[in-house]
Amino acid sequence: MKRHVLIPLLLFMVLAIFLAVGLNRDPREVPSPLIGRPAPGFSLPRLDDAPVAMALAPGFGPKDMAGKVWLLNVWASWCVACRQEHPVLVEFAKSGAAPLVGLGYKDRVADAQGWLARYGNPYSASAVDADGRVGIDYGVYGVPETYVIDKAGTIRFKQIGPLTREVLQAKILPLIRELEQ
Amino acid sequence: MRPVLVMLLLVLAVFAARAGEAPPLAEDPVVEQRLLAIAEEVRCLVCQNESLAGSRAELALDLRREIRHLLTQGKSDAEVLDFLVARYGDFVRYRPPLKPTTWLLWGGPFALLAAGLFGLVLFVRARQGTGAALTPEEQREAAALPDEGP
Repeated sequence: MKRHVLIPLLLFMVLAIFLAVGLNRDPREVPSPLIGRPAPGFSLPRLDDAPVAMALAPGFGPKDMAGKVWLLNVWASWCVACRQEHPVLVEFAKSGAAPLVGLGYKDRVADAQGWLARYGNPYSASAVDADGRVGIDYGVYGVPETYVIDKAGTIRFKQIGPLTREVLQAKILPLIRELEQ
Repeated sequence: MRPVLVMLLLVLAVFAARAGEAPPLAEDPVVEQRLLAIAEEVRCLVCQNESLAGSRAELALDLRREIRHLLTQGKSDAEVLDFLVARYGDFVRYRPPLKPTTWLLWGGPFALLAAGLFGLVLFVRARQGTGAALTPEEQREAAALPDEGP
């Protein structure tokens, strides 16, 4: 009979563990099916150095980054968390660990350019995805999002939400070193 | 007499204008019907407790536009669902497919039910074995009680 007294306690502990795990997970982080898949191709106008309101010619895409380990950062000037993430990106760009490509998601060219002029431009190249089509191909559902893409053009890692120094140190930098080999 | 007639005609004209049918929302009602059926089956990723059909998030608008585009291109419903799953994962489907990673999801409730029934059987069996008999001491106590009733 003593044994049975412990059963409700054990059941409660199992329940408590499940609830604790559930509470500490972010339901907004949906694992991307794109990891391990080739990065979707696109050809988009470049943002950098183009005069405001000029019709931009399409031209920039993942093909231009072939043979390099690079980061694709999806951002927008209307996105609050992007502002929070920005200093981390600037630091990362200064370290020169890997080229950082910006994808301006559903943004106006003038707004995006103003943003970069004001806060600094960490991107070695910036593309503009005005209608969000490329964002859909990349499974973007909440900017900012960051992808690590290897030399063969395969997506290796996806960060949903702002990049932090912790994620950079613990996950992205070791991954870049590994992929560079 | 004439002003009255004119007024009557004007009033009638207003009614005639009101009776006009509202224009259809989309060019192709069949595509719209299929779009709705698919979107009801898909979760909106921005507000996860809403379907793609019900959500007013910007991404949902874009995705509905994209689905409409695919349907007008002649893609089947299954192909459109595959398009969404390839980008956002099985998570977006309200009815995820049965495969090794979702076995626990589909089978979990039944496994819990089976475990509960098993526990119940064990519990009942254990009670049947020990519950009824009185110890000698209890029998003596029972015998010492005054007889009452019929």
